[in-house]
Amino acid sequence: MNQALLVAKNLGRRKLRTILMLVAILIAFLLYGALESFQHAFYGSANSAAADRLITVNKINFTLSLPVSYAERIRQVKGVTHVAYQNWFGGFYQDPKEQLIMFAAEPQGYLEVYPDIVMTPAERKSWLNDRTGLLVGQSLAKKYHWKVGDHVPLSSNIYSRSNGSHTWDFTVSGIFTDPNEKAREGMIVMRHDYFDESVTFGRDTVSMFMFTTASPALNDSIEKVIDSGFANSPDETSTDTAAAFNRSFTAQLGNIALIISLVVATAFAAILLIVGNTLVMSVRERTREIGVLKTLGFSGGAILSQILAESLLLALVGALLGLGAATVILIIINKVLTGFFGSLLMTWSVFWHGVGWAIVLGLVTGFIPAWSGLQLKIATALGRR
Amino acid sequence: MGSLIRQMLALASMNIRSIPQRFWMSVSTVVAIALVVAVLLAFLAMGNGFRQAQSSAGAADIAILMRDGAQAEINSVVSHDQAMLVQEAPGIAHEGEKALVSPELYVVVDGISRSNGLRSNLPLRGMTAIGVALRHNIRIAAGRMFRPGTNEMVVGRNVVREFSGFDVGQSMRLGQTTWTVVGEFEDGGTVRESELWADVGTVQTVFKRLNSFQTIRARLASPGDLPALKSYVSTDPRLKLVVQTEQEYFAEQAKQSSGLISYLGWPLAIIMAIGALAGALNTMYSSVAARGTEIATLRSIGFGGFPTFVGTLAEALALALVGGLVGIAAAAFMFNGYTASTLGANFTQVVFTFKVTPALCVSALALAFGVGLIGGLFPAIRAARQPIAGMLGEQ
Repeated sequence: MNQALLVAKNLGRRKLRTILMLVAILIAFLLYGALESFQHAFYGSANSAAADRLITVNKINFTLSLPVSYAERIRQVKGVTHVAYQNWFGGFYQDPKEQLIMFAAEPQGYLEVYPDIVMTPAERKSWLNDRTGLLVGQSLAKKYHWKVGDHVPLSSNIYSRSNGSHTWDFTVSGIFTDPNEKAREGMIVMRHDYFDESVTFGRDTVSMFMFTTASPALNDSIEKVIDSGFANSPDETSTDTAAAFNRSFTAQLGNIALIISLVVATAFAAILLIVGNTLVMSVRERTREIGVLKTLGFSGGAILSQILAESLLLALVGALLGLGAATVILIIINKVLTGFFGSLLMTWSVFWHGVGWAIVLGLVTGFIPAWSGLQLKIATALGRR
Repeated sequence: MGSLIRQMLALASMNIRSIPQRFWMSVSTVVAIALVVAVLLAFLAMGNGFRQAQSSAGAADIAILMRDGAQAEINSVVSHDQAMLVQEAPGIAHEGEKALVSPELYVVVDGISRSNGLRSNLPLRGMTAIGVALRHNIRIAAGRMFRPGTNEMVVGRNVVREFSGFDVGQSMRLGQTTWTVVGEFEDGGTVRESELWADVGTVQTVFKRLNSFQTIRARLASPGDLPALKSYVSTDPRLKLVVQTEQEYFAEQAKQSSGLISYLGWPLAIIMAIGALAGALNTMYSSVAARGTEIATLRSIGFGGFPTFVGTLAEALALALVGGLVGIAAAAFMFNGYTASTLGANFTQVVFTFKVTPALCVSALALAFGVGLIGGLFPAIRAARQPIAGMLGEQ
């Protein structure tokens, strides 16, 4: 009779109790897996912006516009390689309540500043040639079932057309993916020249300039040169890295990281109590048996490792089931909320951290019963009922 | 019948009084339920506070006019000519010769969050003295109102609380002009307390929006005058505006933006409740097992199966009740009155206060009871069905 068999027998002795403990552990790791992955998707895309990409917006606030003519002056700053600009369009498709993340951008510069977006050369060419062309992120295209070549009418809740109409006609030029910034796959980009020629107001102004630098080491000095260049002009600027801009924007939604940490910590605290107490009780019930095992010559250490193995096994199996369930739920959420958070997936980092937490949970919940098993005197054990 | 009830009461009180014998298992169930209840209440209080900050801001006798399809004030554009036409509209209250109409400009400026030091969107609303008068509930808490034609602004109490640089007397540069905060106002914690107010003409000049506004607010002679104003607007082709009461507008804003918070709380709490349920079942099964001999003895001296069932269920519900109450107390102590802010429908920060209300506590308690009920039900059935002879003979 080896130790592993004893561990298995002990866990199988009260099947219902073991299953209930597994359910409790599963729930904690389900929450951990789903919420941590959400957090990674949420903040991850903010941090994944290329290090050599900077953004210039109006100093008063990024919702205010800047003259399009600034593009030339930014391009002339030493160290700046490519410059693009875009306008927030406030676009929607059919339902005004479903806001699209839609910008009007100058195409040539856009493709230079975002070289990572993946589409076929034919799609690129078609966007560069078709004034009414649209670039659509893959997850958004899936949501609306758009294909390359489709004609789609889109409206704006900010702008109206000089011809009196409220709808713009577009042709889907390309559907893109962006492996580095998954969140961008929920975006849609129209051409700025089409925007400029058709709107009743807002011509020759843009929401932001996006540009690349020769090296991230130059970022600081370039930021200073640009902002001081426009200081005391009617439209002062604020320049920052794209990553910093994204971080400060996501922070505006609230301290989501804190909320997630609190919920996960609460779930773990509850499970720690439930499983810890149940294990203490289950070892108490076995007091006489432990006495018998010791009489047979099992050392205190052997008893200790047996009980710890039991709690570790329980925690690991529960954790794997929970992380598995989280993966399934994330896949479902991804299908339902197409493109809302980019791609919501369980990452290996979240998974292995989860396994780490399972080991901690197993050791902590097993420690008290294992210690009492180690300390138990044979005489007391056999005497106790 | 009377004896059945007496049996049930006797067993219920006996079981509940014996809880201390299973102290740590019972504590773990109580704490697990309390944690679930606290998490649920925190989310509900957050959603509720956010909703109330907006929905309580709207008045039924104030009409708000925006460009067709704008959805939110920030997206709307209204021309000077349109504003003049609305002055002539029927159904609008007058003060002497003056129509109580307030064309307003709504722009977004940066404030620095006190909690993370990052830039945040704050709304700067340009308006006239009439605009101020249309907000009947506001009260100047410090300093005074801005004067027309100056670079003065007044700020909402929640702006001062959450963002730095807006204390009365402080100055700030926006573009090429320097603004001075001359007053702080209160509005019962509504979304208005997240706004900065200044003279509309000055805001138009500084933000280069000459002769352009974003929205028009108007006091109706009575709330029943809305249809008259609506039909006036819809018959004039120059007025492509949507008319609604401020109450309707804020209710829609609250609904749209508090959805995510409210939708998150229940699923999270229910998932956690399943974990707590596993704990409750374990506790109750072990309680039944520990009381095996006792139950068999009681049965053999004439206690029925049903009272045994009720007695066990009562123990589970008692644990759930204590857990629920502890959770509510913890949530009320830790979260009630906590202030936070997030982006609202206007793309600006809405500062709101967590509000734990009795109605929310009832929902949370219902969840606790649900856990207690299911957690007690199956063990109670087992207790009632336990064979008497076997249990007495076992030991």
